[in-house]
Amino acid sequence: MTPDDGRILVAEAPANASRSKLKLIDCDVHHALRSSKDLYPYLATRWHDHIAQFGRRRPVPFLASSPYPKTAPALSRTDSWPPNGGPPGSDLAFLQEQLLDRYNIEYGMLHLLTSGMDERNQDLGNALCCAINDWQYEHWTQKDKRLKAAIVVPGEDAVAAVKEIERWAGNPDFCQISIVTHSIEPLGRRRYWPIYEAAEAHNLPIGLHSSGTNGHAVTSAGWCSYYVEEQHNVALSQQNLAISLVCEGVFERFPALKAVIIEAGFVWVPAVCWRLDQHWARMRGEVPHLTRKPSEYFRSNLWYSSQPADEPENPQDLRQVIEWLGWDRLMFATDYPHWDMDNPEHVFKFRMTEAEQQQVFAGNARAVYGLA
Amino acid sequence: MARHIVADAGEIPPGGRKLVTIRGREIGVFNQNGDYFALLNRCPHQGAELCKGTLIGLATSTGPGNFELTRHGEMLKCPWHGWEYDIRTGQSWCDPNDIKARAYPVTVEHGATLVKGPFVAETFQVEIEQDYVVIEV
Amino acid sequence: MKSVRHGGIDCDVHPALPGMAALLPYLDPYWQEQVTVRGIDGLDLSSFPTQMDAHGRADWREAGHKPGSSLELLRRDALDGFGSQLAICNPLYGVLAIYNEHFAAAVARAMNDWITAEWLDREPRLRASITVAAQNAEHAVDEIERRAGDQRFVQVLLLSQDDVPLGNRRYWPIYAAAARHGLTIGVHAGSTYRHAITSNGWPSYYLEDYAAHAQGFQSNLLSLVHEGVFAKFPSLKVVFIESGFTWLPTFMWRANKTWRGVRAEVPWVDRPPSDIIRDHVRFTLQPTDAPPTGADMERVLNQIGSDDMLLFSTDYPHWQFDGDNVWPAGFSDTLKQRVLVDNPRNAYPRLKEALS
Ligand code: FES
Repeated sequence: MTPDDGRILVAEAPANASRSKLKLIDCDVHHALRSSKDLYPYLATRWHDHIAQFGRRRPVPFLASSPYPKTAPALSRTDSWPPNGGPPGSDLAFLQEQLLDRYNIEYGMLHLLTSGMDERNQDLGNALCCAINDWQYEHWTQKDKRLKAAIVVPGEDAVAAVKEIERWAGNPDFCQISIVTHSIEPLGRRRYWPIYEAAEAHNLPIGLHSSGTNGHAVTSAGWCSYYVEEQHNVALSQQNLAISLVCEGVFERFPALKAVIIEAGFVWVPAVCWRLDQHWARMRGEVPHLTRKPSEYFRSNLWYSSQPADEPENPQDLRQVIEWLGWDRLMFATDYPHWDMDNPEHVFKFRMTEAEQQQVFAGNARAVYGLA
Repeated sequence: MARHIVADAGEIPPGGRKLVTIRGREIGVFNQNGDYFALLNRCPHQGAELCKGTLIGLATSTGPGNFELTRHGEMLKCPWHGWEYDIRTGQSWCDPNDIKARAYPVTVEHGATLVKGPFVAETFQVEIEQDYVVIEV
Repeated sequence: MKSVRHGGIDCDVHPALPGMAALLPYLDPYWQEQVTVRGIDGLDLSSFPTQMDAHGRADWREAGHKPGSSLELLRRDALDGFGSQLAICNPLYGVLAIYNEHFAAAVARAMNDWITAEWLDREPRLRASITVAAQNAEHAVDEIERRAGDQRFVQVLLLSQDDVPLGNRRYWPIYAAAARHGLTIGVHAGSTYRHAITSNGWPSYYLEDYAAHAQGFQSNLLSLVHEGVFAKFPSLKVVFIESGFTWLPTFMWRANKTWRGVRAEVPWVDRPPSDIIRDHVRFTLQPTDAPPTGADMERVLNQIGSDDMLLFSTDYPHWQFDGDNVWPAGFSDTLKQRVLVDNPRNAYPRLKEALS
């Protein structure tokens, strides 16, 4: 379903050119499949038939809708539907025009919202992940060197995930490993550690973009009713995810591992750290594997994409939060073409120094992802 | 303030709109069943092209579980974050006093009046017997 | 310090039920026999393990007894210890987690008889929450009606993580009864474990469970606001107990932001969620989950944007602070005074009446 805005008459208007002198690194860009058929060239014929007959099996109630219908078709800006057809994010030329050129983006980190990780048929899930990576390489990163992909892995099957990591590690088009955040178990649990071991060995950050379905209720108190809740609850679950990585000792075991929390905002991090530190002080006997205060792992191993950037009434409050968070932790992201995207020219309503801008809009990401 | 002729009266159908550029400013002109309104094509939030948004009704409620939709087609939903703006005033629904899209006065005038000037009509040949949509910028 | 502290209203103390045996006198014969014959006992919530240091401060324990099970100690350490004029008892026994709703209703009733006879009747400074079986709102409403005549019950107690979020209409009869009787809704940290404690499943450690209550409360806050509970019951106050509160400002920023774009889905939410929260939701002081410095705390308090929202609590006998350091750095004397007395009075209509 595409948005129906009626016919808009247009008298000629100048195209918007980028006003930004700064070259940006956008840590969350969504390309999209036109349909699952895009993957067929990279899937064994058996799966074509399987998908046609049985479809995807994911723990969700509806065949072709999100459990909570979004606020806009395809979750996207209504002006992001490519003129040549296909869903938002599926047309490279339009993505270049509307995002990369428009905002002077040096690198865009791709995150596909389709993964094989939450497919219940594990063989299909593994095949899908491999196909997605082939497709990303051929149709996106090879076609525009500004775009960098994440190795999509079937994280519930760590053996297969590691195999897929090995297939791409060292390829400069792939800058991180993507696992869905709505995993079956909290991502700090041991079953996922082989992935972290491979990530650390290949110096690839783990990109944790809010995504996936795992059959658990979206809140620890059960299912909410509205999208207005679900959208926020997804970010809350990322908080639990960060807590899990830290408390289960992932960064003790893999001290060089980098994890990037994507599309969960960042303002919540300080309060989560305060809470963890306070209660860890009384319960540390339970987690002797933690040799440091929990907050210290947040400062050494975790990074956060900026979107959706919050808008406190007093914009200076946001600066305060970044001070608490650490300027070296925050990485700008648009989340293009999704409806809740941030425009780099207007996202922060307070003044940043040039050095701060440099860090947030490019430098931190350059360091984390080892970009030239 | 200058008056700009931006369309023939019949050009924008009811429920339709036209984007025009006046002195470098993009402006959306809306025909709401014969009433015309004009808004700057720029969302005061993060700068989206507001006038390309969807025209919707105003959802209100007398209490939980009650849904009412009035003012059909009079609210403009920003193409990005979906904030709603009243096309009559440019006021946002979520924060009407502090967040407003720039609105411009629009009139429909007869060619006979217009030819007396002053007005700006870069692309229009004004005919005395025609009606025109005029914005003051 | 002492002068500021004196005469406060402690909004969260936990008398502990020693065990089912203590409830036998208050159960009817059928349930007495069930409990005895089947050996039913041990229904303390596993989301609050009573044996943990964190849930029984060393200097507030008595060997061989559950922390909080002695009125003498509660008097000495909580009431006299902090000079409180009143304290609200929140017994945390696992009534809300019992699967058999009829048994849950029987235990709830016995709990309320027990707390009346063994705590409220023996200590005039005590007030209490009504224990209810929210498994079925009919049971809960019956119990609220049964207790409402006793002004010492000031609140109805729910848990932060049950099987549906607290804004769900399943709970509305309870809210209606509470509003009718000037009772506040208290939501205490805890889970019936009907769902994993995170939406990504079960973590390995209790520390994670405890930390996760903050996210659980936030989910419930979204639910209470967006389901329209406060639009439906405009006089209702909800107190989040043991939720922490330093997450509140950033939570409100995000809730407001989402609402601006998506609000047509819930058109009864006709003002920013932060306004609704500031009007209706209150938070107990302990645990504070304080930032590193008093100056940071001042910033957080400033961001909360209201002096009315925090309620004094010791969380006795849980171990949230040492000695009498119940106040985190960064609270001015004026604010302390509000937190100690004014805010609790305004959060609990029944206290306001009793004290005016
Ligand atoms: S840019 Fe229009 S609502 Fe954000």
